[in-house]
Amino acid sequence: MNRLADVFDTTGRTALIAYVTVGYPTIEATLRLVPLLARNGCDIVELGIPFSDPMADGATIQKTSHEALLNGVTPDVCLDVARQLSGEVDVPLVFMSYYNPILKKGLDDFCRACADSGVSGLIVPDLPPDEGGELELVSAAHGVDLVYLLAPTATDARIRLVADRSRGFLYLVSLVGVTGARASLHDGLEDFVDRVRAVAKQPLCVGFGISSPEQAVRVAKVADGVIVGSRILQLVEQDDSLEEAARFVRAVRAALDSAE
Amino acid sequence: MQTMTLPDRRGYFGVHGGRFVPETLVPALDELAAAYAEAMADERFRAELETLSRDYVGRETPLTFAERLTEHCGGAQVYLKREDLAHTGAHKINNALGQALLAQRMGKRRIVAETGAGQHGVATAAVCAKLGLECIVYMGEEDIRRQALNVFRMKLMGAEVRPVASGARTLKDAINEAIRDWVSNVETTHYLLGSVVGPAPYPEMVRDFQLVIGRETRRQVLERLGRLPDYVVACVGGGSNAIGMFYPFIDDEEVKLVGVEAGGKGLATGQHAAPLAAGTVGVLHGARSYLLQDEHGQILGTHSVSAGLDYPGVGPEHCYLKDIGRATYVAVDDIEALEGFKLLCRTEGITPALESAHAVAHTGALARTCSREVVIVVNVSGRGDKDMDIVVDALGGAL
Ligand SMILES: Cc1ncc(COP(=O)(O)O)c(C=O)c1O
Repeated sequence: MNRLADVFDTTGRTALIAYVTVGYPTIEATLRLVPLLARNGCDIVELGIPFSDPMADGATIQKTSHEALLNGVTPDVCLDVARQLSGEVDVPLVFMSYYNPILKKGLDDFCRACADSGVSGLIVPDLPPDEGGELELVSAAHGVDLVYLLAPTATDARIRLVADRSRGFLYLVSLVGVTGARASLHDGLEDFVDRVRAVAKQPLCVGFGISSPEQAVRVAKVADGVIVGSRILQLVEQDDSLEEAARFVRAVRAALDSAE
Repeated sequence: MQTMTLPDRRGYFGVHGGRFVPETLVPALDELAAAYAEAMADERFRAELETLSRDYVGRETPLTFAERLTEHCGGAQVYLKREDLAHTGAHKINNALGQALLAQRMGKRRIVAETGAGQHGVATAAVCAKLGLECIVYMGEEDIRRQALNVFRMKLMGAEVRPVASGARTLKDAINEAIRDWVSNVETTHYLLGSVVGPAPYPEMVRDFQLVIGRETRRQVLERLGRLPDYVVACVGGGSNAIGMFYPFIDDEEVKLVGVEAGGKGLATGQHAAPLAAGTVGVLHGARSYLLQDEHGQILGTHSVSAGLDYPGVGPEHCYLKDIGRATYVAVDDIEALEGFKLLCRTEGITPALESAHAVAHTGALARTCSREVVIVVNVSGRGDKDMDIVVDALGGAL
């Protein structure tokens, strides 16, 4: 299984992390899209397990989740997709899932299945560390990293707590809000990243709202990784040959590389 | 009894409750919990809440002996707690007033709320008008259709009603959207959640603002009868009117507490909203509780003739009361609820909300099985004016 830490230790470049909802627009599309993203410069791919009530997501991921559920995507289907992909791509795969589907499957069963399917980490947007103790222990026992999120609303005490508990990397939410492509990034972004940098040892990856190579370059000046989700899914919707999504990822990669 | 000290420090009632929210909201929940504790310790805050509860809401609400309903059932004596007579027509105003005063104290002048039946939306719109706060109410499109009168009332009182088109377009989806708004505007906005659900400190705070119902009831029954009731009955959507009614009786172990959920088209059909009667434990909207979910942990659609009960989750404290056996929960289906509605209209000249009609229906059935010495108090959580279109449709020419 690929370790998340290796991405940051060995590549030496700003990590580009893509999010895709599994099964949007179809399961076959996900199986084609992820290798395409990896070939075009992504270093980690987040596989979104669709949930009926995605309260931290904006319009794009609400829609992709809804359609994926209509396509019959379940956590077991996602595990199966991950298993197929991990044999094919050599970038680490991370699951993004709301807590309830994990709880329903059982924490131990779920984490064991993640490890068996080549999934390196977990991001659970409705599970702050205050509630995550049990999943931390179980995921660690299976060698799966539980990645926590931090938001610009965090107090210093919160930053210390989350930095102490997150494994693999720290997911910094770029703005006060839900996921979704934005025309501009939050003014206080650099200050926020600096505040976290002062206490965290992990790599810092910034996501939510990033939708252009220019924004990615701005983030890369202060962070170790850039996470892009909704924009990729919008391009998948516009062009089901997936060429637009590949072109976009290539452009972001090129912009990051030339800015280093 | 130990119940009185719950929730614990982490917001748990037994294994239920907690705070399963995006990290963005954690500081806001900490701030809210601190502000709430401070406000409740402040005599001036409590005095202001009490004055407005009396002069604006019209408390205390009466306890009415339902003489003809009692005769009709031919069993237990039935008393009605009249939250239908509270300003804006339901118990929801008790909580809306408390939270709006708290928001004002916290300097948050933008209020967002969700609503199902529209009663919580109307109550929130009213207190925001009264206190001069900006008010945005999220409401599922299906509920906007079936509770149109309340939409108009909210708009008249200056609220903006935002339709929600996702999911089944009912209460659950309105809560999702209100949470998304709060996540995006948390620095300026208070989320005025309308029931004892959601992340800590909401279940505790909303309960505390609602327990005036049970406290008055307990005193009224004692004054009137010199004894406690044998049963206290209330409908359960998220569970706020029921917990408000139950809580002051929890230590009175001889008083049986009965919550009535929405049985919809019948529990066997799967088309209902009865997570305590037929659900399993999971996490939704920030708390661990009984839920209606499928085998993959996806939240199921619900059905009830009453928009205010049409919700797949339920307050964590009710889950705890069920687990320890202190309260029992039953389901009343759509048809029975409509019968309860008609029954209270005919025998007492009181038109209950369809939500409350569930509790009335169960009370009628229970009363029939009891002897004359038994006393049942049922909470009439709201009035039914808002439901006339639905009732006319359902009963057709049957009147
Ligand atoms: C009159 C009335 N009763 C009951 C409810 C259900 O809510 P709760 O269970 O929180 O009291 C509602 C909700 O809209 C309502 O309007």
